[in-house]
Amino acid sequence: MSQDQILNPKSLPNSPEKATLEGKNKFLGLWFFLGGETVLFASLFGSFVALRNSTAGGPSSEELFGLELVFLMTVMLLTSSLTSVYAMYHMKNHDFKKMQLWLGITGLLGIGFLGLEIYEFTHYITEYGFTFRSSAFGSAFYSLVGFHGGHVTFGIVWLIAIMVRNARRGLNLYNAPKFNTFSLYWHYIDVVWVFVFTVVYLMGKVG
Amino acid sequence: MTENTNTNNQLTDFHRQKNKEEMKRNVISFAMMIVSTIIAFAVVASGVMDRVFAIFLLFILAVAQVAFQFFYFMHMKEKGHAMPAVMIVAGTWAAFLTTFGLIAAVWW
Repeated sequence: MSQDQILNPKSLPNSPEKATLEGKNKFLGLWFFLGGETVLFASLFGSFVALRNSTAGGPSSEELFGLELVFLMTVMLLTSSLTSVYAMYHMKNHDFKKMQLWLGITGLLGIGFLGLEIYEFTHYITEYGFTFRSSAFGSAFYSLVGFHGGHVTFGIVWLIAIMVRNARRGLNLYNAPKFNTFSLYWHYIDVVWVFVFTVVYLMGKVG
Repeated sequence: MTENTNTNNQLTDFHRQKNKEEMKRNVISFAMMIVSTIIAFAVVASGVMDRVFAIFLLFILAVAQVAFQFFYFMHMKEKGHAMPAVMIVAGTWAAFLTTFGLIAAVWW
């Protein structure tokens, strides 16, 4: 493939994200990373399930959690997963502007999710005095949910970085794998959230 | 554009159509994921089910939703995903042992 083809978006190959060796390596590397993330989150989930009834006289999960807010957060994160699929759809059709637009929407939904999570945490701390140090349940809760929130924060920073960095470059074989890698990571954040809302909030409400 | 039509890895109408169909399947999986989320929240909010059965159902819904995420949104159903499958299956196995170990260590 000549340099000309790399730089001319009209002649990009079908799947620009996996057309180069670097793209293939990034793809495998990210999946390797996600396998490790699975184990990391599993240890946080394991500690949470083991410690969730150790409230030390503080508020229990039934008293704390409100399902309305969690439902709203879930819908926002799930929708942001779909919008990043739309972004990758436009990438495969070599439409850089539409890809940036959908990535932007993904980022905004992510920021909305993060805002709600910060609101939720401050609500627990100010209204209930439920902090990281108040009980084993508190430590396990803030470690697990906070770690997920940290992943969302990192994802947003990553997204803004690649969007700004490549804004005037357009789509090419150099940056297509970068966008694809981000979108896989973002989907994985949603995978973790599915278990967070199931294990932490819904099971917490059931008892 | 004319000089591009004779290379075989160009974006053709065929590929555009294929991408469109793939997108349609993804929107359907999104709808399924939203539905399973709504069922999960409804089960807990209404409180109609007994505890053990509710938790069992919540887990089935979570696994189903995650399967849609992996196979459709993250394309694991497509060819060339043997290594990703190895990574995630190995990760899930280690995750199972980790959670099981932690929970067993505290409960017994």
